[in-house]
Amino acid sequence: MKNTIITFLAILPLLGACTKKSNDILIGEFGSLTGNDATFGLSTNKGLRMAFDEINAAGGINGKKIKLITIDDQGKSEEAASAVTRLITQDNVVAIIGEVASGRSIAAAPIAQKHQIPMVTHASTNPEVTKKGDFIFRTCFIDPFQGFVGAKFSIQTLKAKKAAILRDVKSDYSVGLADVFATEFKNMGGEIIADLSFQGGDLDFKAQLTQIRSKNPDVIFIPGYYTEVGLMAKQARELGIKVPLVGGDGWDSARLHEIGKEAINGSYYSNHYTTESTDPTVVEFIKKFKEKFNETPDSMAALSYDTAKILAAAIGRTKELTPKNIRDELAKTTDFPGVTGKITINADRNAVKSAVIVQVQGPERKYISTVSP
Amino acid sequence: MHKSVKTPLIAFAALLLFGGLLNFGVNAYIQLIVLFVIINSILAMSLNLVNGYTGQFSLGHAGFMAIGAYTSAYASTQFSFFSESFGFIGIFVTTITGGLLASAAGFLVGLPSLRLKGDYLAIVTLGFGEIIRVTLLNMEAVGGPRGISGIPSFPNFFFSFSYSCFWALICFFFIWRLIRSSHGRGFLSVREDEIAAEAMGINTTKTKVQAFVLSSFFAGVAGALFAHVTNFISPSSFTFLMSVNAVIMVVLGGMGSLSGSIAAAFFITLMPEALRSLQEITGVDLRMVIYSLLLILIMILRPQGLFGDKELPDIWRKYVRKSA
Repeated sequence: MKNTIITFLAILPLLGACTKKSNDILIGEFGSLTGNDATFGLSTNKGLRMAFDEINAAGGINGKKIKLITIDDQGKSEEAASAVTRLITQDNVVAIIGEVASGRSIAAAPIAQKHQIPMVTHASTNPEVTKKGDFIFRTCFIDPFQGFVGAKFSIQTLKAKKAAILRDVKSDYSVGLADVFATEFKNMGGEIIADLSFQGGDLDFKAQLTQIRSKNPDVIFIPGYYTEVGLMAKQARELGIKVPLVGGDGWDSARLHEIGKEAINGSYYSNHYTTESTDPTVVEFIKKFKEKFNETPDSMAALSYDTAKILAAAIGRTKELTPKNIRDELAKTTDFPGVTGKITINADRNAVKSAVIVQVQGPERKYISTVSP
Repeated sequence: MHKSVKTPLIAFAALLLFGGLLNFGVNAYIQLIVLFVIINSILAMSLNLVNGYTGQFSLGHAGFMAIGAYTSAYASTQFSFFSESFGFIGIFVTTITGGLLASAAGFLVGLPSLRLKGDYLAIVTLGFGEIIRVTLLNMEAVGGPRGISGIPSFPNFFFSFSYSCFWALICFFFIWRLIRSSHGRGFLSVREDEIAAEAMGINTTKTKVQAFVLSSFFAGVAGALFAHVTNFISPSSFTFLMSVNAVIMVVLGGMGSLSGSIAAAFFITLMPEALRSLQEITGVDLRMVIYSLLLILIMILRPQGLFGDKELPDIWRKYVRKSA
């Protein structure tokens, strides 16, 4: 008996090598469905599924249905690389969508480029991503822009003169935003009085916050992800720091307020879109998303929804369905009316669009202003 | 030809033939997994030298792998001598350098910490592994948290396969012959009873440091191979979990069994990938749940690991004798 079980366990891995052919248009997605920033992967997956379901319900693209193949990369770079290799060589997808985190997109992009398969990232804001080759696109703005937005907002709206920065040295995203914020803030006449670091996964930030408190900044710029930001906000308020916190789209998660509670209220961050918009496209999107998943779509869901629609439109314009044609059509995207604004793909395969600033008010987000490039 | 040269050569030829078949038979994804299996085998075998044969509990293997990976990646991206024509000599030099630097780090770590035993040693090695990772994280020269991207890959799959197999075989036969030499008996005696070993005139600390340095060398080599296969490394690739994974492979395969380490490397690498297909069918991601359950099950059914401290030939002989 024991031996039978062991033999069975030993051959189990070999049973997994069966694939099937189909007439559908295969599109691959890799994302962090598990791991540290799992909410991102889950949101983007919902956005994509919703977009493709809509397209399929309306008869597909030129009579062909779209099939989305999703692979979990557990939020690890090397898993992202093997996920993309698998999507391309095992599942034979014609295009790839992913990832939220820039680090994982950078790991995956050269592979897509090598195999000449178009890859569209929905939320990787690091400039490096699309520099990996002419098959790599993005439908969100890039880091320098968010750093610029944060700096412009702090100076013009918050009337800040002195800023402190707390950057996550482990994350490309955070380092990129922090660098641009520092340069732009100085250019606009402000002063950076402290530039301190932490690491994603840290739980205690009191040492850095105490140091910041002693320098009396007008604003603290924290380009981090929601978990750490929530904890930081709590600890900052405990230490008596009352100045507003400003951040980027890494804050955008329902968990932000669950972790930060009232401490995070009143803080600002730049984002891709806001649920308060009165634009009919946005209203319609939010209504349908709520019906389908029974939750308010965050910006990751909105971005991935737009990405799916842009990709589908590009596929629809191709005369013959080849990855090369899809790439060429993607590059021609102009003024696409998306949920996250009008999207145009420029010569560097980056999206040109505006950002919004929102304020955290409990689980709600209050729209403050729109900052254009 | 002497037997000690003949057997490895035959094994290498057989593997090359297998590699040739894989080169045309399967797609890049499966090829990638095969390469990961080989790299993990080297990692598991090298750790087995410390954890299995010498009986010390090291939890910092990922750190040494990181040193090998970073050395090779840095050299091949920074110096045009290597990157322009990433030729055979360049590859060989970077791999060896990676291994040597890793073993130097192993020496530095081992010298003070191998005077400790059991749990204390585990914690110290864990700490050193983390120190290496955090150092890399804060070194701007190697990209800090962003890691190194655009590492040149090997010319083709057949090359990567044969080159990885070459190192796997060196690692295998090196440890195999070592354990059967007088030095190796010293390693085993330290595992069995340190006081008795000392009484017999074995310098136990020196023996342990030797095992540690050799083990680190092969971990560094595995790291260098890993860097060129994935083309991208960052400190987050070499976390504590990677060390734990290596320990799992050693324990699952059997402490003190090289064949066991290889079998476990197969199992640990293939299992999560194979379970992906299951996810497609069921629609829910049960991958990690099933994977963990399987590990628990195996350890309950075979606490001594898949092979115990036996090697494949031992089991073969036992089986033949039983049936005869």
